[in-house]
Amino acid sequence: MSHLTPDTLERMHQSIGLYPEARSALIPLCHLAQEQDGWLRPEAMEEIAELVGLTPAEVRGTATFYDMLHTEPVGTYLVSVCTNIACLLDGAAELLDHAEEVLGVGAGGTTSDRAITLEEAECLADCDRTPCVQVNHRYVGAQTPETFDRLVADLRAGRLADTVPPHGTLIRVRRNGGLGADRQRVAGERAAAAGQQQARAAAASEGAQG
Amino acid sequence: MAVTDAPKIVTARMGHEDSHTLARYLATGGYEGLRKALTMTPEAVAAEVDAASLLGRGGAGFPAGRKWSMLRKDPVTYLVVNGDESEPATFKDHLLVERDPHQLVEGVLIAAYALQVTQAFIYLRGEFALGLERVQQALNEAYDHGAVGSDIFGSGFSVDLVVHPGAGAYICGEETALIESLEGKRGFPRIKPPYFPAVIGLYGQPTVVNNVETMSNLPWIVTNGGAAFAALGQGRSTGTRLFALSGHVRNPGAFELEMAKTTFRDLVYSPLLGGGIRGGNDLKAFIPGGVSAPWFGPDRLDLPLGQDEVAEAGSMLGSGSIVVMDSSTCAVRAAWRITKFFARESCGQCTPCREGSGWLERILYRIENGEGREQDLDLLLDVSDNIAPGLTWPPQQTTICVLGPSIPSSIHSAIEMFRDEFLVHMKEGACPYG
Repeated sequence: MSHLTPDTLERMHQSIGLYPEARSALIPLCHLAQEQDGWLRPEAMEEIAELVGLTPAEVRGTATFYDMLHTEPVGTYLVSVCTNIACLLDGAAELLDHAEEVLGVGAGGTTSDRAITLEEAECLADCDRTPCVQVNHRYVGAQTPETFDRLVADLRAGRLADTVPPHGTLIRVRRNGGLGADRQRVAGERAAAAGQQQARAAAASEGAQG
Repeated sequence: MAVTDAPKIVTARMGHEDSHTLARYLATGGYEGLRKALTMTPEAVAAEVDAASLLGRGGAGFPAGRKWSMLRKDPVTYLVVNGDESEPATFKDHLLVERDPHQLVEGVLIAAYALQVTQAFIYLRGEFALGLERVQQALNEAYDHGAVGSDIFGSGFSVDLVVHPGAGAYICGEETALIESLEGKRGFPRIKPPYFPAVIGLYGQPTVVNNVETMSNLPWIVTNGGAAFAALGQGRSTGTRLFALSGHVRNPGAFELEMAKTTFRDLVYSPLLGGGIRGGNDLKAFIPGGVSAPWFGPDRLDLPLGQDEVAEAGSMLGSGSIVVMDSSTCAVRAAWRITKFFARESCGQCTPCREGSGWLERILYRIENGEGREQDLDLLLDVSDNIAPGLTWPPQQTTICVLGPSIPSSIHSAIEMFRDEFLVHMKEGACPYG
């Protein structure tokens, strides 16, 4: 019995089909598994390993390198507060202190109702709106302690469900019908282009010698 | 003059709410560059980019045309676009992928045609969830429009383009780490030589890796010609560049400016740009090109925003992001936070970087918290010297990639410029800024 749902599996196969080598789909597959479960469960990693031809240890070894892949459960909402330089200059450390106090957890912790995991983030590339905060990797704009309290209340009440998808949902746009270009045709054209290129290179080197 | 009347090359559409849609893109000359490119030979397209003297916009500033020329005689190749923008205080690619994804897609297709590459990847950092959606949407629209896939615009040229999400790792901005990551592995930079993925890249094949902003310039260059691009700017710094300004300014933001024509003073103080220091405070220091760059004091404000000009003054324009720190900034705290970033993001392969970054962070932390010892300044410089021997600029390297040698920049700058401030922390047993 597969742990991954038929829909998740179908999307995983589509993703693998986009790459010349299956292993390249490993990170996208981890994102898809996380979208299904909210985090990267061991049984999902085992199935991913089989799909891309690796061992479960290799999948875990890769996944644990990346901050966005969670091999432990996280809350419904992952609240990331950036405290890097541009945000630090604009009160980010104070905002994180405030967040820890009102949520009752330290950075990295999850509230007891499992609604929110708080994270101290590195630069999120939105440095003209500081301090920068993301919820489930959606930008929610610069925050003050006051707006942060409202943000948390809105999240808990489900008022942001339309704009902030569940944790793990990286992208809501599906690729149109798998491969846009026919793989065999691309392969044929690639070989033809290679032939042309070799001919050009040969002509160029002849020209250089002559 | 603070701002020249140079055309907006990569931000022309950003005044429109719907700048990310195909309808807006087509209404504003979208995909005309690609159509024109397809009527030219691949060599002629590459020659236009060469003529533009377009310097890579990722951070290292390597000429894009020269990168391409390493590849032209190889048969099987890949094109990979680096959209892993993670250098602290850099947010230009964020803007480009969210607000003008078609421009990026068109640029990638032009590059693919010039290089005769039939498989290209756009690697975007995972935290750009909306950016990933926008680029995927643009790509879907481009397929329907016939701009990508089989026999694009009836030219006989076929190319497939894949949007690939990262998963949160600064090091994946390093091009060989990015390739490892794209192969489904931990983001470990590869041992050099070979120095360029053009020799051994994705799946061991010759590969070109270019930045998002570099690609976004191509539609304009092909449409208007490389010479028109090269006519903008000064010296080696041609064209325009999207500068990201953050920190203690009244009006932080991303500004597209003609290269080397605007000074840092203009950028920070012009009412059209940064609008001056917030609260009317004095400028203490600024970082000219991402946190890997050595800091500048107010005496360098009149330098132009040009690649060679900044390099000659002992720092780098890097990723084009400028951080302004006013007189209320604690230099120790700023250096500590930057060092903490590198300690967190070191991939751990090389001992000087892995161990050094952690030690440097802890020493700075204890100084900031009033527990520093007088010998700590020498210790900081000594550990830094073990990562980047001689503490020269550009730095010497004891590591596989340049993350390690980037660590000492802020520490060395802070000690050189604000040594007294470190000593006050030690003498008073606390941070004087509270």
